[in-house]
Amino acid sequence: METSAESGRTPVLAARRISKSFNGVQVLFSVNFDLLPGEIHALVGENGAGKSTFVKIMSGFEQPSSGEILLDGKPVRLPANGQAEHLGIVIIHQEFNLAEHLTVTESLFLGREITRFGVLDRKRMRAETRRALDLLGSRIDENATISSLPVADRQMVEIAKAISKDARVIFMDEPTAVLSKEESGVLFEQVRKLRDRGTSFVFVSHKLDEVLELTDRVTVLRDGQWVKTAPTSMLDGESIAQLMVGRELSSLYPAKREPDVDEEIVLVARGITTGFVRDASFEVRKGEIIGFSGLIGSGRTELMEAVAGLRPRHSGEVTIKGVSMSSGDAHAANRAGLAYMTKDRKSKGLLLGSRMAVNLTLQSLDQHGKLGYLSPKSEANALARAMRRFDIRVRDGRVVAGRMSGGNQQKLMLAKVMETEPEIIIIDEPTRGIDVGTKQQIYHFISALARAGKSIVVVSSELQEVIGLCTRVAVMREGRIVGWLEGDEINEQEIMRYSAGLKKMAG
Amino acid sequence: MGKPRRTKKITKGRAEPWVMWEDVLDMSVDGEGQAAEKPRSFLKEIDLRAVAPFFALALLLIVGAFTNPNFIGIDNLANVATRSAFVAIIAVGATFVISSGDLDLSVGSMLAFVASLMILFMNSGAIADPHLMLAAAVAFAIFAGAACGLLNGLVTTIGRIEPFIATLGTMGIYRGLTTWLSQGGAITLRSSEIQNIYRPVYFGSILGLPIPIVCILVVTLIAAFVLYRTRYGRHVVAVGSNRDVARYSGIAVDRVRTIAFIIQGLCVAIAVLLYVPRLGSTSATTGILWELQAITAVVVGGTALKGGAGRVWGTICGAFILELVGNIMLLSNFISEYLIGTIQGSIIIIAMLVQRSLTRKS
Repeated sequence: METSAESGRTPVLAARRISKSFNGVQVLFSVNFDLLPGEIHALVGENGAGKSTFVKIMSGFEQPSSGEILLDGKPVRLPANGQAEHLGIVIIHQEFNLAEHLTVTESLFLGREITRFGVLDRKRMRAETRRALDLLGSRIDENATISSLPVADRQMVEIAKAISKDARVIFMDEPTAVLSKEESGVLFEQVRKLRDRGTSFVFVSHKLDEVLELTDRVTVLRDGQWVKTAPTSMLDGESIAQLMVGRELSSLYPAKREPDVDEEIVLVARGITTGFVRDASFEVRKGEIIGFSGLIGSGRTELMEAVAGLRPRHSGEVTIKGVSMSSGDAHAANRAGLAYMTKDRKSKGLLLGSRMAVNLTLQSLDQHGKLGYLSPKSEANALARAMRRFDIRVRDGRVVAGRMSGGNQQKLMLAKVMETEPEIIIIDEPTRGIDVGTKQQIYHFISALARAGKSIVVVSSELQEVIGLCTRVAVMREGRIVGWLEGDEINEQEIMRYSAGLKKMAG
Repeated sequence: MGKPRRTKKITKGRAEPWVMWEDVLDMSVDGEGQAAEKPRSFLKEIDLRAVAPFFALALLLIVGAFTNPNFIGIDNLANVATRSAFVAIIAVGATFVISSGDLDLSVGSMLAFVASLMILFMNSGAIADPHLMLAAAVAFAIFAGAACGLLNGLVTTIGRIEPFIATLGTMGIYRGLTTWLSQGGAITLRSSEIQNIYRPVYFGSILGLPIPIVCILVVTLIAAFVLYRTRYGRHVVAVGSNRDVARYSGIAVDRVRTIAFIIQGLCVAIAVLLYVPRLGSTSATTGILWELQAITAVVVGGTALKGGAGRVWGTICGAFILELVGNIMLLSNFISEYLIGTIQGSIIIIAMLVQRSLTRKS
């Protein structure tokens, strides 16, 4: 057990029987792990499997309750609060750590500015930044301010930052969550280049196809325990998913059910123009699940926010069950039975500092009392009901939303939206950053809602998701709906053809 | 490898008694920063940050008792509480504004302005009967306070100006108008008849409790009810902790913020109703720096300045602490009472340091 037997090389970073408990609740159970020089090692597991905690321990942000960490084969105690960067261990967080007002160069050298005679040596810092970005094959301007960059570029800046620190070990927590397929491709290419030069990566992701594509070895955690470490070449997506969940994933997607053609049309959007969305029209029938696909930045979220009244529209009309909605009136849309569930659960969906009950009832406080008075009992009942219905699992009902796992947060957000008893639900990225087991649950919730007569619009960047769930799919490109797919046409090739601009709707 | 030992306790869909909302008298609106994994023992359940101001108040009472035996007497304490009434009531309003993520710097000037208007109204002699006149003046003051608050709210929300700047502007406006109305001198209530009827509102008592103290209690009880137990109160906290989440949850954010400013205006008006019978006069210097005292009381009481958590009872406690410190300094002889500002300034810094250390622990 001392070194990785199969290669004989000394791991650059290793964990020996790491356990961790928070206030008496154990979340990691004697986990072993080793990271060889120049390998990309995937760390996978369901939400709450302990991946984040493990990564925090291996990068010094948390101390283990027991067990030891070996750096180059020698036991070390990693310094806290990111000081482990001096040892070459860098973590790229899921949420970016970039100050919006700084330039790319300034953020790269934040806290370790190069000076000459006490004055900032801007020229040298710019040159260094350029070098790091060139190494990544990125054309980002080193003088651009962070706020002007798209999310994908910000991710690149984070990685350039890690490179410029001469990192030996880079932890990447869901680095592709905000990237498009192409952008991910570019990132992977750079990661492979760096690996070939000896840098080691720990790649935390829920996207199993990416794990298979990019990584050399896979370690699976389940319920805080080590389950398996194996070369990626010996596994496939199905087997990894099974190891993660510990049971067979019978069917990720429930059976589709098309609504009758003469079923009532509940939502009509005509010629919506807002932001850079141009002239988008669609309609949804009762009990139907339609999908919106397209690349990131194709205008799907903007369109849906305009439909939900969360942003004003320049022109176009929205009709909910025959009633015309005025522009930018979210409250009216809500009352008419339309609910929008944001993809941005941390900054737009949930009050992270508040408890579950507060979050759950925030949108539907009218139901919990008379004349503005809130009944605690009624709220408590609602929470108990929602936890049962959406299988929200927490150790303590008073936990604040920010401390819940991504999957539970997502379920809580769905529960919150459903509290308003909507007839039409627009769900933007229903499963972003959540594990496969929870994904399956959410797909089944969506399907069950449609069967109960609710109409659902799914906006998703995951092709499989719209393919698996929807009976009709719109593809958006550069602010316009460029194609509608039905039945057998709903497949990856067709969607990609439309979203890449190779094919357009007739007329 | 690790033994499959599961200690994770999973609560699933059961109505737990602790999900119930705390009583109105409880001090905390939400459990910001509460640890998820806390075991359920009573002692650990207490939110230290909510209790800290009360602890400080108790400590201050003990210190005071040692410095001067007269200090702990009922008369002195009632006197202190009475004198804290203005700042305390204004600070209750400030709790709403600050909880919703805004700030109101104009309250001191607003008090002077509304009080001046009220006195001028009574001096105008528009209504002959003194009782009716007083009643009309009270209604007028309340209306004026609400209007001033509404103006602050509209400039901040519709005008999209940072509340700090917006209320800095209205602070100058209200103060300037007061100076102009008084022509640099004082505005004094002329009718001795009205004065005689009105005086007991500040100097009188109900069931042995001075009326200003009764006023503090009533205002605070209502405010606590609104903040903790009504839809509007929940909206205030949501807007203060994350405007985007509030907006996406269908809350009319600007309306919630504007109403908070109006509540602030109403609280200022109530403070005016107590202030006018006390001296029967205002001047250009009335209420100077009270906005800072009110903000200090709110922050010392445990409300987060960045919004999202309001503690009404803590605010009252903070106002008492400020007044008590002044009182102790007067009664003792170690520190010159001219240093009151210095001490109050130090209190706010110490309070923040203590709160932050408590946050880290929990």
